[in-house]
Amino acid sequence: MHGLVTSLATVDSSWIQFDWSNLFQNFWPATFDGMTFGAIYALVALGYTLVYGVLNLINFAHSEVFISGAYAVVFTLSALGFGPNPPHLSLIAIIGDLLLACIAAMIVSAIVALIVERVAYKPLRDRGAPRLAYLISAIGASFAIQYIFFNWRSSNAEPAVIMFNPKPIFDVFGTIIDSQQLTIVIAAIVMMVATDQFIRRTRLGRGIRAVAQDPDTATLMGVNKERIIMSTFVIGGILAGAGALFYVMKVPSGVIYNGGFILGIKAFTAAVLGGIGNIRGALLGGLLLGMIGNYGQYLLGDAQWTDVVSFIVLVLVLMVRPEGILGSNLAKVRA
Amino acid sequence: MALLELNSISVHYGRIQALHEMSIHVDEGEIVSLIGANGAGKTTTMRAIAGLLGLSAGSIQFDGGDVSKTKAHLRVIRGMSLAPEGRGIFPAMTVLENLDMGAFARKDKSSMDADFARVFDLFPRLKERSKQAGGTLSGGEQQMLAIGRALMAHPKLLLLDEPSMGLAPQFIRQIFRIVKEVNEQGTTVLLVEQNANQALKLAHRAYVLETGHITREGSGAEVAADPAVRAAYLGA
Repeated sequence: MHGLVTSLATVDSSWIQFDWSNLFQNFWPATFDGMTFGAIYALVALGYTLVYGVLNLINFAHSEVFISGAYAVVFTLSALGFGPNPPHLSLIAIIGDLLLACIAAMIVSAIVALIVERVAYKPLRDRGAPRLAYLISAIGASFAIQYIFFNWRSSNAEPAVIMFNPKPIFDVFGTIIDSQQLTIVIAAIVMMVATDQFIRRTRLGRGIRAVAQDPDTATLMGVNKERIIMSTFVIGGILAGAGALFYVMKVPSGVIYNGGFILGIKAFTAAVLGGIGNIRGALLGGLLLGMIGNYGQYLLGDAQWTDVVSFIVLVLVLMVRPEGILGSNLAKVRA
Repeated sequence: MALLELNSISVHYGRIQALHEMSIHVDEGEIVSLIGANGAGKTTTMRAIAGLLGLSAGSIQFDGGDVSKTKAHLRVIRGMSLAPEGRGIFPAMTVLENLDMGAFARKDKSSMDADFARVFDLFPRLKERSKQAGGTLSGGEQQMLAIGRALMAHPKLLLLDEPSMGLAPQFIRQIFRIVKEVNEQGTTVLLVEQNANQALKLAHRAYVLETGHITREGSGAEVAADPAVRAAYLGA
């Protein structure tokens, strides 16, 4: 074996090994593939960040907003004839079908997000409930939606839908970038930039920023706070729907009733890493977390380690820099 | 004609009653001052008028209609604008963006340029700082911004809550001068102040608020001449 392999355990079958040469050899593929997952985390992370900005509330049911969109993608594509093998369709036809699935996912996720807000949070807000009540309500909503899918679709994953066969496009540092990675990363970045500009430039965006900075004063400016809150959930849902399309593209058989849970927590980690409440932070945090998770996987030799590394990152960030890389909100308002 | 009328309003915080069947009115074109000590209920009154606090009894008439149940953001559209206590500047927005927020509810945006010009004319300092974040302004500048922002809404009634609080004397004089100017340009003003001296000089009429009750009312000069008011609020 390599001299670089170091072992922590003294028993023969050492269960944890740092395989640095594996990481170095696979550094670029790990980076690019990590960015692909990171882009998906980032899209979902925006939902956490936007809602947190406006309500100082972590919407833990956002993972189910996401998985609802993923179900919508699978159902739409299955209805359009997609299945376990790549379709024999023209590029234009595939793009058209994917757009349709994306819109379906956005609509479903936005509706679920809106229902969560109206059912789980609005009644608490109306009676000025303590912050802990929102957290419990969020967890309740999360499980309720999970088990609706469980009862409806059973405990099995949905059959895989393959959208297209990734084709090599170009190579960077000897690593091939394929059409799937490129589609996901570019589309995600475009959507995030669009969101950022929307928040900065439009009237609704100004209303969102005003409520985030000072809800009472925003009301005094004539901002309808309830409408802003609903819009924020809808925008978060739309972005989660887009994230759901890319998730199914990347993990075709990953749609299962509790499939949103881990991805949701990773997206939340990405939001915290970048600075929760900060839109650009969500993008940065997502990409970084995707890459770090992948490095951990190659270093430790098994995909199961990705999640371990991701959550160690969450704990470290909360310990060392709770406001995240770019943000400052969490330090100001503690849950 | 009364632009604003509070008819025996009561406001509670939980079980504690902050305002007791309070009645005041503000006629069109007036400056009315509401003076009182800390904790008398001045800010509560303003928040109740603006709709941030609900009434437990009584009613509020504004511009010929009952607004007692009207949501706060809709009262802005009907023509009242509050520069709140503590100023409520959006810290991460620039001065320009803050002013722009003042016009958020306005349907008619045609005169926006003229409105910016008017505010910068009243507060030249804000023009110098227009690209600066609201949170980085001094207290006096933030107060100017709060008033300028309230004016951007084109209110019929301008509500000012403690505009002189925490300001240096030269800023206080400037703020009161501008309130007078704004009123002369046709805006009705309800002013809440601890700085009774200046507030009574400026006011056409005044009310004294003590622990949630109106105890005196009259013209600014009458109230200022009242021996009890002089002893309690004017340090004479």
